[in-house]
Amino acid sequence: MQILLNGEPIATDARTLHELCLKLGFGEAKVATALNGSFVAATKRAATELAPADEVEIVAPRQGG
Amino acid sequence: MLELYGERFTSRLLLGTAQYPSPAILRQAVEASAAEIVTVSLRRESARARAGQGFWELIEQLGVRVLPNTAGCRTAKEAVATAEMARELFNTSWIKLEVIANDDTLQPELIGLVEAATILSAEGFQVLPYTTEDLSVAERLVGAGCAVLMPWAAPIGSARGLVNREGLKALRAYFPDVPLIVDAGIGAPSDAAEAMELGYDAILLNTAVAKAGDPVTMATAFARAIEAGRLAFEAGLIEPRDMATPSTPVAGTPFFKIDRVS
Repeated sequence: MQILLNGEPIATDARTLHELCLKLGFGEAKVATALNGSFVAATKRAATELAPADEVEIVAPRQGG
Repeated sequence: MLELYGERFTSRLLLGTAQYPSPAILRQAVEASAAEIVTVSLRRESARARAGQGFWELIEQLGVRVLPNTAGCRTAKEAVATAEMARELFNTSWIKLEVIANDDTLQPELIGLVEAATILSAEGFQVLPYTTEDLSVAERLVGAGCAVLMPWAAPIGSARGLVNREGLKALRAYFPDVPLIVDAGIGAPSDAAEAMELGYDAILLNTAVAKAGDPVTMATAFARAIEAGRLAFEAGLIEPRDMATPSTPVAGTPFFKIDRVS
């Protein structure tokens, strides 16, 4: 299915947000996630199912003012 | 000592971590500034570049408290979701809350700011809102649960100093017991000293150090200016006068003649 990952369309067969993170190599990475504009805690990613056209954000620490 | 949400700090300078020429200079600037709190953000992570992972290692090595921001958020909903991601990512409930109204001025969107501050305070965040010197908004923010206020001096990155000095003075007078941090618009160490002389509790800045010709030396300059301004405030400044008053005693002036006194 097609989803939007960080604003870019991608095709994925990941069923959950947790699977998507693993497929992207973020299994152990310091990242946080949101689905369709709402925060999804790391502990809830495995229970968060993905649907076509979902908008996923995966973010990490960055320089800031 | 500076006290924010029950925690005490020796330094009254909070430093941003963006725009430095290199990670090494960022590290040296933080050390030279003696800052105990640095601001960070969160941004989309590329599966290939993974830029955030390396940056986080550097920040951890600095051993300072991190204050994540919600920079770039345009609505209360975006800011709340960003703050929630930041809390998990950085393992802190402190958040520098920014809701931005306009790209040209980067001014706070005050209605969304109050809305987001209300939600986040109820969720247990310690909110440090980037706001203006507007008293009524400040009252709303304090009412929402904010125990610190961070008014701008001038638009972010503008280096214009204290554009509304009288407004900042009024805010200080209106909230004598709320920690007030000038956040944004500081250009020169003298700007920071001026805010501290007004009784502000701390200064948050980034661009003025990061984009200086020598960021490490400028970090030292700001640290000293902020300390000087604070000492001056504590010592009690004299009031300006319209006319001169002699500092040398008049009594006993040689060749003094009473008819010279106007």
